[in-house]
Amino acid sequence: MSTPAVHSLWTTAADRIPQIGAPKIEYGQLSPTLILLGAALVGVLVEAFVPRRSRYYAQVFVSVVALCAAFAAVVGLAADGYGTTKAHVAAMGAIAVDGPSLFLQGVIVLAGLVGLFTFAERRLDPAAGGNRVDSFAAQAAAVPGSDTEKAAVKAGFTTTEVFPLLLFAVSGMLVFTSANDLLTLFVALEVFSLPLYLLCALARRKRLMSQEAAVKYFLLGAFASAFTLFGIALLYGYAGSVSYARIAQVVDGSVTDVNPALADTMGNDALLLIGAALLVMGLLFKVGAVPFHMWTPDVYQGAPTPVTGFMAAATKVAAFGALLRLLYVVLPGMRWDWRPVMWAVAIITMLGGAIVAITQTDIKRLLAYSSIAHAGFILAGVIATSKNGVSSVLFYLAGYSFVTIGAFAVVTLVRDAGGEATHLSKWAGLGRRSPLVAAVFAVFLLAFAGIPLTSGFAGKFAVFKAAAAGGAAPLVVIGVISSAIAAFFYIRVIVLMFFSEPKPEGPTVAVPSPLTMLAIGLGVAVTLVLGVAPQYFLNLANQASVFVR
Amino acid sequence: MSFPLLTATAALPALGAVATAAVPAARRTAAKWLALLISLGTLALAITVLVRFDPGGARYQLTESHTWIRDFGVRYELGVDGIGVALIALTAVLIPFIILAGWHDADPLETGNRRWRPTQGFFALILAVEAMVLISFEATDVFLFYIFFEAMLIPMYFLIGGFGDRAHAQGEEAAATQRSYAAVKFLLYNLVGGLIMLAAVIGLYVVAGNFSLQQIAEARASGSLHMATSTERWLFLGFFFAFAVKAPLWPLHTWLPNAMQESTAPVAVLITAVVDKVGTFAMLRFCLGLFPEASRWATPVILVLALISIVYGALLAVGQRDIKRLVAYASISHFGFIILGIFAMTSQGQSGATLYMVNHGISTAALMLVAGFLISRRGSRLIADYGGVQKVAPVLAGTFLIGGLATLSLPGLAPFVSEFLVLVGTFTRYPVIGIIATLGIVLAALYTLVLYQRTMTGPVKPEVSTMPDLRVREVLVVAPLIVLLIFLGVYPKPVTNIVNPAVKHTMSDVQKKDPKPEVEAVK
Repeated sequence: MSTPAVHSLWTTAADRIPQIGAPKIEYGQLSPTLILLGAALVGVLVEAFVPRRSRYYAQVFVSVVALCAAFAAVVGLAADGYGTTKAHVAAMGAIAVDGPSLFLQGVIVLAGLVGLFTFAERRLDPAAGGNRVDSFAAQAAAVPGSDTEKAAVKAGFTTTEVFPLLLFAVSGMLVFTSANDLLTLFVALEVFSLPLYLLCALARRKRLMSQEAAVKYFLLGAFASAFTLFGIALLYGYAGSVSYARIAQVVDGSVTDVNPALADTMGNDALLLIGAALLVMGLLFKVGAVPFHMWTPDVYQGAPTPVTGFMAAATKVAAFGALLRLLYVVLPGMRWDWRPVMWAVAIITMLGGAIVAITQTDIKRLLAYSSIAHAGFILAGVIATSKNGVSSVLFYLAGYSFVTIGAFAVVTLVRDAGGEATHLSKWAGLGRRSPLVAAVFAVFLLAFAGIPLTSGFAGKFAVFKAAAAGGAAPLVVIGVISSAIAAFFYIRVIVLMFFSEPKPEGPTVAVPSPLTMLAIGLGVAVTLVLGVAPQYFLNLANQASVFVR
Repeated sequence: MSFPLLTATAALPALGAVATAAVPAARRTAAKWLALLISLGTLALAITVLVRFDPGGARYQLTESHTWIRDFGVRYELGVDGIGVALIALTAVLIPFIILAGWHDADPLETGNRRWRPTQGFFALILAVEAMVLISFEATDVFLFYIFFEAMLIPMYFLIGGFGDRAHAQGEEAAATQRSYAAVKFLLYNLVGGLIMLAAVIGLYVVAGNFSLQQIAEARASGSLHMATSTERWLFLGFFFAFAVKAPLWPLHTWLPNAMQESTAPVAVLITAVVDKVGTFAMLRFCLGLFPEASRWATPVILVLALISIVYGALLAVGQRDIKRLVAYASISHFGFIILGIFAMTSQGQSGATLYMVNHGISTAALMLVAGFLISRRGSRLIADYGGVQKVAPVLAGTFLIGGLATLSLPGLAPFVSEFLVLVGTFTRYPVIGIIATLGIVLAALYTLVLYQRTMTGPVKPEVSTMPDLRVREVLVVAPLIVLLIFLGVYPKPVTNIVNPAVKHTMSDVQKKDPKPEVEAVK
């Protein structure tokens, strides 16, 4: 039986994977990941050998250069046609170099770069021990409240390890979006998750909350990883392979030769269904979809805000990249099985996120629930199972990342004596005291709410359009209703900022260094450009929307 | 390529908004003058549009067309028909008066804070609203229209929530709370309407593949686009819902009294005389133009809702104790007339409805702005706090009376012509509905005259006794509006000439002909 037609709508055939032969690694095509991994290792060496006072500059230099180089490599590969005509599977079938992976890698690297700017901000916290300090703990190993901690703070230590950790996380995410077999997928998942768990625990202020968040994230993340791994095992049992292409062929019945060692299990549909469900569950956890979203608010609230911004943007991009590839490349043959389930997940995610967000009183938690609702909107695009669905999701993710990092960067600016003033009541009257900061945050909120002329609207329109064309009209209606619900709480924050009287002992808005300004400025610029003139980026996403298989 | 006149008409206030917002904090007066000049410049451009428009020419004129977002099938397409021209002119005429009337409404109470520049913000927001309203009247691409229809809410929201009457009975704190309640209510109602329309807009794209009114009309005429009846009806409902919230039509009207009551008089005029017209205008252009079959299908229900609006709005207006709320409910009643005229599906009805949009804009502006001057003098919106004003401030009382008489459609003043046309147009097709709608006129006389009697006549209340009469600036605002009311009341031909050909097109869109006059022989 030849390849079924449905599948070829959003995938193109790659060369057959060689079964025997010496490993052949296309270093050039993997260069974005390799550059970042290399730079991360250099960062570790910098920690070991460079004197403490120069570490910050060395680390920032290495990270910025590496991220820029990685982005240049991605652009170079795309310009070479690896996103379209030369798309293929590299590294012995482990890594797909194709449109979606290059597009998302570009977005993740940029999110990493903008995130790095917020990581490197050192003008917000008052100087300690004569040194400018950033948002991260003076000494992560010191017990909160202990004498060691006080000594570390007094000495003006900073945790410059965050920079290599960020690079490790980014390189893991790059592999995650392009993994073309289940084992690579799992390794990438761990490579980017572990640095994030660590980063979450590193807040300078409110350290106990930060550590609690990290522990929660780690425990739940470990559960999710375990589910993923179990799913991978079951799928291997079903298909006799961890390669995406092979599993897809077994699922749609074009390959029937049985591996003798797995004769009892191969082709057993129960294994396929349970395995796929567990695997998708693991990815939905990373995406933050209801009912696997429980970690999101706690972790977003507890983590240092720059980390929250980076994580909220980049993790979502990476996880949706992996989810798309899994559903479109591996499991298209069983889309009649997964579509109803994803329908349900998308509906409860959109509604759940929007409804629960209404009751939040902490700005970081509010943004966390909003990110859950957004995951639901993106899922609507995923469910479209069409080329337009892929391109709309890519476009949405690109717009969403910059809004998210920008919004969290604004949160770092609003401070009182205890650090960031994240309780909503403290934001009252911010528009009077600092109209510019409030106006910028209002732009981000309007983009989240999907008001026209912002990237949020263009993205929402794209995914809903794809969903409606893919026969999911009810989903669009529910999406629109939850947008209306979500608009309510975004607007509430705007009301608070502009129409409420400022509190006498309210927070002040810190004047950041050019780094944070750059992050926020980029966020605003991208939000408006994608809102007013999205055509170029839609083209890009469109060209990049074909998976290799 | 010819000069993009329509783009310029909308771009001038948009750029003006940015420029006004950028004026330094200390140069408040400069910001006001800048905004006024910009609005007058826009008026000049609008008059150019009016002159260049040929009523006997093509349906859409002064067209501009560029690709905007190809992937969404969105084009930047502008063009005006007679209805659009009339409303563009109305908007451009009213904005300078709104700015002039609100001259001192946004002066900051505290001058120490150099970053807080409410005056600049107030006038910039008004200009921004003007730009968005103008482009909504010009857009012939559904998506383009939708974007500005929605985006308009944001500056409106800040105008309602951020600026209120100076003296408030319950103090500044309570006033701020009520204002932000009104602003949020306004925004949520309209946003929900807009989002439901978004679903319909997406549906339209899935069915038609593009958003251009002309392309869709051509595709339907040539038979290459076929909409299933049920699809068309669903899409119609999505669009109509949004416009009915905006218009506002009973039972989706409840945001309007709050919004008008809490905002300053010029902003209230902006809401009801300018922004709400986008809703009724869009019913004519988009609901009837895109979904003719569904429009005919929904007509009975919509007529009943419009009728309820007329009677209910008027009844509630009679019972109001707050001057601004009274005007708001009167407006709801008038919007009922406009919608009645649109969906009566006769050419008199639709011409009357369009004319009504213009006349209601002018008459409400006159009444509301004078009411605003009155309220700012006494610091109270309650009718009971006034009495005998005509003895102390005769000019104020006189202009208030003319505004009120225009609202009750006194013959000789502009609204009479339009109300008459709407009623005639309705009566020829639906006599019973026409008769009930006439009740609205009777009630209008009641609420306006009672309002005048209670506030202006009778013994002079002590708090009113020192009330100054209208100042020069205020007379400058009111006098031209009154002149317009009288002129269009006596000689409505300039407007009807422009509007009638456009109405013919709309009538042919919905494939309706005027009923033949039938007279039963009397034996």
